[in-house]
Amino acid sequence: MTARDALAAETAPVNSARIPAEGMVEKRGIGLWFTHAGLILGVIVIFFPIWLAFVASTVSQPEIVRPPMPLLPGDQFLENYTKALFSGVNAPVAWMLFNSLVMALGISLGKIVISLLSAFAIVYFRFPGRKLFFWLIFLTLMLPVEVRIVPTYEVIASFGMLNSYSGLIFPLIASATATFLFRQFFMTVPDELAEAARVDGARPMRFFWDILLPMSRTNMAALFVILFIYGWNQYLWPLLITTDPSMNTIVMGLKQMFPSGDDIADWPVIMATSILAMIPPVIVVISMQKLFIRGLVDSEK
Amino acid sequence: MATLTLNQIRKTFGKTEVIHGVDIDVRDGEFIVIVGPSGCGKSTLLRMVAGLETVTSGEILIDDRRVNEEEPMDRDIAMVFQNYALYPHMTVFDNMAYGLKIAKTPKSEIEDRVATAAKMLQLEPYLARKPRELSGGQRQRVAMGRAIVRKPSLFLFDEPLSNLDAKLRVQMRLEIKDLQKQLGITSLYVTHDQVEAMTLADRMIVMNGGVADQIGAPLEVYENPATEFVAGFIGSPATNFLPARLFSPRDARIKTIGIRPEHATLTTAGSGRLPAKIVFTEALGAETLLHLRLDTGESFTIRQDGTAPVPTEGTACGIDWPDSRELDFDEAGKRL
Repeated sequence: MTARDALAAETAPVNSARIPAEGMVEKRGIGLWFTHAGLILGVIVIFFPIWLAFVASTVSQPEIVRPPMPLLPGDQFLENYTKALFSGVNAPVAWMLFNSLVMALGISLGKIVISLLSAFAIVYFRFPGRKLFFWLIFLTLMLPVEVRIVPTYEVIASFGMLNSYSGLIFPLIASATATFLFRQFFMTVPDELAEAARVDGARPMRFFWDILLPMSRTNMAALFVILFIYGWNQYLWPLLITTDPSMNTIVMGLKQMFPSGDDIADWPVIMATSILAMIPPVIVVISMQKLFIRGLVDSEK
Repeated sequence: MATLTLNQIRKTFGKTEVIHGVDIDVRDGEFIVIVGPSGCGKSTLLRMVAGLETVTSGEILIDDRRVNEEEPMDRDIAMVFQNYALYPHMTVFDNMAYGLKIAKTPKSEIEDRVATAAKMLQLEPYLARKPRELSGGQRQRVAMGRAIVRKPSLFLFDEPLSNLDAKLRVQMRLEIKDLQKQLGITSLYVTHDQVEAMTLADRMIVMNGGVADQIGAPLEVYENPATEFVAGFIGSPATNFLPARLFSPRDARIKTIGIRPEHATLTTAGSGRLPAKIVFTEALGAETLLHLRLDTGESFTIRQDGTAPVPTEGTACGIDWPDSRELDFDEAGKRL
């Protein structure tokens, strides 16, 4: 069973459960109201801190410090956001957003490219040590970044990649999870398809490009969403290898805005920064929602 | 258009040899059907001709050119697969044009050839559709179209009809035969269905356990099976086999005698060559199948005309057949 199948199996009962529920009369009345009330309450609980952060980003520093904390937006929206974006505390937030974007895109696209190619090699080519390489890749699944962080730092430092985009991206670019996922997907592609392409005259890379890639489109989209957020939220690694504030990424930069010692925190600016930090992942999720769900549920074969 | 020659073809997977030296000469434009039970090596043989499997020993010649080491695309062949193997994300047009695009055929010619093939296969209304929006028969046609547009010198079919329902299978069978006649392209067709083999083939090859038991025109194979296996495999209901010890054989080498169900006749009890009892009868309309049990324990089937009276089950009777219809086999199953 592939990961996709497992997910499809999990979602399938939800769909089929809906059919009898619609037929039940009780569910129409009070039950429906309760369901909605529950959902709305849940959303309020989850959303409240974000609302508070937003409110805090639109008022002035004295207003935040004086209890009780305001619950409605103030009039400092433009000032706070302009200040955050273009001057920030250590570095302009616009710049940090750009760094984060480069890192997250680099990591997610790089991971997809590399894992597609390695899964292609593992599934379609018979070379010595094929199984060994697969299990080596699989083994790294079990080691989190933190375990190998010291040797990785050593390597990156000796390559002179500290404070650079390549240093931010390359150590995180290999992905056992994505390789595994694509391997499972490729194994569900019928062999006849590869043979038909061979008879049609497609060399291996042509088959990969013309047939496997378009067929994995939805998988790639689903992975992109997950990996983009993974890349965006990297904290420890950028913290280690970037000392220059102009290379700060937003997630670590946010933490560095917090006051140390006797400094006074500029909370409205910090809150504006955290709201800004949330926007790109939200855009990615919303814009790719359709493909993402199809990638997890659908199979186009 | 081309001739195909297989010369002592052998195939070994690991240590087991699955094809034990097959020789075939296919004439230009001939429709050859390879038929046999599952596991007899018929698909492997086809895949070796296609270039999808390596040849362990022997030679494959297309138009007297040795192609053993050539990639499928260089052999000038086209193949129709069992599960169609259409590219799911491409339209019907793109599926058919893919091979030509790779061969860098000019665009106008691709359009021409696809249009011609689509017309021939009645696929014109579906060219913009994806394979999943087509029915089984239509997908099968697209797979054929993909083979046709390349104008190959050799068509290879790997059980192309086995995924269709019975009615469609008959229809597609006729279409394939018709198409092959129109195009005159040498074809090699693999199937386990003896009806397909009998109706399509100019000559058929009956394979058994990695050996070509018999090669010949369908009726010739039916009338004159070379081995016991062929006699049993071709024809339905299957040939009756009786051990020679039940009679006084004309020849000491005869070990088994085969009689086709339609060649035996029912006689009254006490007459005929062998005494038997009717176990049950199947009246199919045009014909009636009588299942009998000999007094010595063997079962025997007789096919008689549907208009003949159907005897009651359980009655004693006799079986007779003309000498000329007797198929005699020796110990090794070879025809004598």
